[in-house]
Amino acid sequence: MSVKRNNILAFLFFFAGTYACKKEMGNSSFEGFQQPSNFPAPEYHFETNALTQAGFELGRKLFYETQLSHNNTISCGSCHIQTSAFVHPGHSVSHGIYDRLGKRNSPPIMNLAWSTSFMWDGGIFDLDLQPLAPIANHVEMDDTISNLLVKLGKTTDYPTLFQKAFGTPEITGTRFLKALVQFMVMCVSSHSKYDSVMRNEGASFTSTEQAGYVLFQQKCNSCHKEPLFTDHTFRNNGLPPSGLNDEGRYLVTLNSTDRYKFKVPSLHNIFYTEPYMHDGRYFDLEGVLEYYNSGAQNTTNLDTLLKQNGRLGIPLTSVDKTNLIAFLKTLSDRSFLLDKRFSEH
Amino acid sequence: MQRIFISFIAFSFFLISCKKDSSTTYNSSVKADLSVEFDNIAGSQDLQLNTGKYITESGDTIKSITKLKYFVSNFSFTNMDGTVYTVPQDSSYFLVIEGDSSTYEPNFKVPEGEYKSVSFILGVDSVRNTLDVSKRTGVLDVTSPATADMYWTWNSGYIFYKLEGTSPQVPSMGGMGGNNFYYHIGLFGGKTTSTINNIKKVTLDLTARGTPKVKSGKDTNIHLMVDVLKMFSGTNSISIAAHSMVMTDDYSANIAANFVGMFRHDHTEN
Ligand code: HEC
Ligand code: HEC
Repeated sequence: MSVKRNNILAFLFFFAGTYACKKEMGNSSFEGFQQPSNFPAPEYHFETNALTQAGFELGRKLFYETQLSHNNTISCGSCHIQTSAFVHPGHSVSHGIYDRLGKRNSPPIMNLAWSTSFMWDGGIFDLDLQPLAPIANHVEMDDTISNLLVKLGKTTDYPTLFQKAFGTPEITGTRFLKALVQFMVMCVSSHSKYDSVMRNEGASFTSTEQAGYVLFQQKCNSCHKEPLFTDHTFRNNGLPPSGLNDEGRYLVTLNSTDRYKFKVPSLHNIFYTEPYMHDGRYFDLEGVLEYYNSGAQNTTNLDTLLKQNGRLGIPLTSVDKTNLIAFLKTLSDRSFLLDKRFSEH
Repeated sequence: MQRIFISFIAFSFFLISCKKDSSTTYNSSVKADLSVEFDNIAGSQDLQLNTGKYITESGDTIKSITKLKYFVSNFSFTNMDGTVYTVPQDSSYFLVIEGDSSTYEPNFKVPEGEYKSVSFILGVDSVRNTLDVSKRTGVLDVTSPATADMYWTWNSGYIFYKLEGTSPQVPSMGGMGGNNFYYHIGLFGGKTTSTINNIKKVTLDLTARGTPKVKSGKDTNIHLMVDVLKMFSGTNSISIAAHSMVMTDDYSANIAANFVGMFRHDHTEN
């Protein structure tokens, strides 16, 4: 046992050593976008936004910049908090400027390079256009992007940072958006236990986790499709509409078959991204699983997968739930939550 | 003195008429100036922001118009012999803003000749709606002050046409400060899922009220009237009381169906 522990210690030291090295080299060794071998090819158009260290660092600074909001109190990072995989923990719907309530729960900033659309209803089809929404939205940051660019131009540091990233000090809308996106696409989470098992890096599932995995593949994987845990489609999973009567995807397409459909969310880091669902109505995974077992309603456009064998929802015994939760825990990637590259500097 | 002046005028008339008689020769490989003026009116009155009062065909009162903006793009001009000149994409997008006279008259360089019709779209085509942000310059720059309010950030797409104002017919919304109407019409057909397509192509005959004769060394101006009241009638009769706020909803198609009827050729300054 002690030998083993020594081994672990030595391993940790080695790790810490390489980590420190990496840190020292720091600025000169920007690795750019790293494609995890178990993920498909990314969807993001890197050809129109070549990642650079200066661009990424500028994007990070902008992400944590409170001057982005009308009264200088809120940044993107206020609602997308890294240690919670960039969601707003404990807030069912996000609080914005002056504490006006948004109507939806903030989703994680994670593996967005693989997303084909953004927002719960997929209303935004290009990540480059995404930052425009919270800045203009009265409930979120309540500023206009043109105001904001003027504001940044008057600071002492931003013109220099734009120069470093784009060659000249001009702060244009396009540059602003591209820099923010450089930061966001770099936020790749691929070091969960699940990922290590899939990449045969030595880790293996416990028997409970394995049982949960098998169950997951049977009952959840057609929507929360591996390895990103979403098939990027919009579906109605049977949640009874709340008082706000958010019609989801319908608001974007106006097709009645899209009423009450929402984007299938990824389940990576699901243990850190509570509360759950588009309006944050569930505060723990037990609640979510019991919902699938007994709470699904036959609302308009309910997905056929949730009305099999004359029954609504997905039958789950308490053993099933324990196993599923054990599996879902393997999707936690702590290194992502603590990665200094993504933290406020 | 007066007599000299009169004979001078007579003489210059003579010169002008001479010039008119000798049929102009055009060199179609030379490009010359042609502008299209968008003159916003409301029925038989000039449109006056904030102060003008108007009545729609169905009798609704418009107490004021506070904002009118719209995109016109993808211009092409058809020559008498049927040849179509399509304006290059990079110089074919314009945002007309009532109150900002610098936006009323898009300018073009077109081959010399006489033109029998002009075509353009009210709105922004789907290609430009889905273009990379770095290629969205000029009026298409969604981060510019003029364009920012002509773009739906949460449902990616340009707003093609925006008319806002007040009317006593608008049911006042409890406490919200009522009587305002909002018509924000967009929707380009969708990128991955198809949606309503409210892009409208307008083609206007130019022969009946003055054929533009484009020749280098002079400016030719096609003067169009754009009657905002026609937005409320034509294919569909729009009641302000029943539809005071139309944005991304199915009803937007009923309004867009009236768009083409708003435009007419008034005259040409040759
Ligand atoms: C007040 C809280 C708040 C602030 C501030 C905020 N967001 Fe968000 N963000 C949200 C909410 C809520 C949603 C989901 C909205 C929806 O689906 O309609 C969201 C969605 C997103 C998404 C889509 C993710 C996905 O998977 O679909 C991205 C990307 C994003 N935000 C980035 C940003 C950036 C960049 C900023 C700063 C410019 C920012 N957010 C500021 C709350 C916020
Ligand atoms: C028919 C497709 C479908 C199936 C099958 C399905 N889900 Fe979901 N799931 C969704 C959709 C869609 C949402 C988002 C719903 C919303 O917010 O309106 C969701 C939300 C969730 C959430 C909340 C995630 C978050 O970040 O808010 C969890 C957790 C979840 N599902 C787990 C599961 C598990 C575990 C299973 C299998 C037992 C499963 N789902 C089966 C479609 C599905």
